[in-house]
Amino acid sequence: MSCVETIQAYAFRSLGFGERLLPKGEYTLCEHFTLIGSGMIWNVYFGVLALLTGFFLAVALAVGKSNANPMWRKPAEWFIFVFRGSPLFIQFFFAYACFLSLKGVSNFFDPFTSAWLGALIVLFFNTAAYSGEIFYGALLSIPKGDIEAADAYGMTGWTRFRRITFPTMMRLAWPAYTNEAIFLFHATTLVFFSGFPAWRQKGDALYYASYFADKTFNPFVPYPILAFYFILLTLLIISIFGFVNRRLNKHLPQERRSKTKLKLNLIR
Amino acid sequence: MFSYCTDPSTLEGLSWLSCYLTTGKHMNLYISVFVVLVLLAITAPVALLFGFGAASAARSKFLPLRWFGMGYTSIVRGVPDIAFFLFFVIALDQAFEWMRHKVKCPDWDQPIRQGIDFVVCDAAKLPLSTAPQWVHETYGFFLAVLTFSIVFGAFAANVLYGAMRAVPRAQIETAEAYGMTSRQAFWRILVPQMWVYALPGLSNLWMVLIKATPLLFLLGVEDIVYWARELGGTKTARFTDYPHPNWHVWYFAALLVFYLCFTKVSEVALDRIMKRLTKGQATAGGEAQRKAAA
Repeated sequence: MSCVETIQAYAFRSLGFGERLLPKGEYTLCEHFTLIGSGMIWNVYFGVLALLTGFFLAVALAVGKSNANPMWRKPAEWFIFVFRGSPLFIQFFFAYACFLSLKGVSNFFDPFTSAWLGALIVLFFNTAAYSGEIFYGALLSIPKGDIEAADAYGMTGWTRFRRITFPTMMRLAWPAYTNEAIFLFHATTLVFFSGFPAWRQKGDALYYASYFADKTFNPFVPYPILAFYFILLTLLIISIFGFVNRRLNKHLPQERRSKTKLKLNLIR
Repeated sequence: MFSYCTDPSTLEGLSWLSCYLTTGKHMNLYISVFVVLVLLAITAPVALLFGFGAASAARSKFLPLRWFGMGYTSIVRGVPDIAFFLFFVIALDQAFEWMRHKVKCPDWDQPIRQGIDFVVCDAAKLPLSTAPQWVHETYGFFLAVLTFSIVFGAFAANVLYGAMRAVPRAQIETAEAYGMTSRQAFWRILVPQMWVYALPGLSNLWMVLIKATPLLFLLGVEDIVYWARELGGTKTARFTDYPHPNWHVWYFAALLVFYLCFTKVSEVALDRIMKRLTKGQATAGGEAQRKAAA
């Protein structure tokens, strides 16, 4: 099979289109690249959707955690503690077991046991907890003067939050949030190793990479290819988030702008 | 385990549970908790050592060494750590076997990679095919520890590199003014002072390391996740005295609670260490402590 044919056959294999059987026998470099790249679709799907939905819950959690009323504060604190204090790997296993037993109760829970929904929900809660903590930290470090100025203008409640608190919180949290996004995408590789079945061998990039490594007993080809794809993805995330960061800091003089600095302390 | 456990089908409630939780397989589960603790106890210092080496290498004046340090620390940024775990376990195993092969069987003329097989001579196999079971298990655990140390060493290197740069320049200049060589200044001034800057990052890393321990399961070690899956599955009366439906939920809930307690305890302990270390330091934290005491 030529490389073009391979791409035609396997480019969307992870979604169930194209050739049914995975390649056999001698594996070409082209097959490695196509199939692992095809698996990346799932990583991007999980990462993007969890990040987009998790953002809103994270803001709610941050506001809740900074609330003086324990009725709002306690649930937010506990939610963040449970999801940040336990390994994502165990969370996946636990959620899968939960959904599996709920499936016996009602048909409604059928889709929850497949990765596309069940794992997405876990990732959504997980990233909401991590980013919620980041946003909460940013909320605490909003300059006092900003709030006082808003008060002096007579802004209260929702108006003050929308015009002053929220934009400043975003600006302060953004560098850390960029890291969170990167490591969320890394965390998506855990999905198919943690209970959620890869139905008809429709898996993510790491699933295919480990498939090749198991078959050929040669880790030196598939994993560097996976690394290549993920480094590309990381660079893409950094550039998109850097663009947003520049917009958030637009009004500030050059030396006060917050720079995105890659830190490594957010893997879960 | 208890004397009344001889016929579990007659038991009810708590006494049944006490028997159920002390079966031989559950003992394996409890032992695997110690496996996790041993892994942490070995990995943390070794990773710190790797990290210290790499951070020092990244500061070196010798260019290739600096490249090595920089490359080692930055490669983990872009790639998921789990990919490293899966990669290193096979790669290290093959590297060891290949080296032993070169030493022990110099007159072997066939290629090592034959198509999709990796073939070394019998004497170079690790562990030897005649070795007892516990050697195989220990070797697997050793590979896992080494893999964890390499990956977390890279993270630690990043933290320590930052901490070394955070030590005020004036401290080194003072040391040089006293006539210390750069090696003396490094060991006597920089290294003792960098820990307070490194601790927030290192404690974060410790939390991450705790939360990475379930990945042992993926490396083929029989750890708590393995036993939770094994014990939680549906058991019929034919194979066991304690039949039960699928209890995965309860086992994983227990693991979840175990990890939550573990991270909470670590958090409290690390807070205490941080308080101890900041005492008398020229940082914002130290200043706050001084003001509170006055």
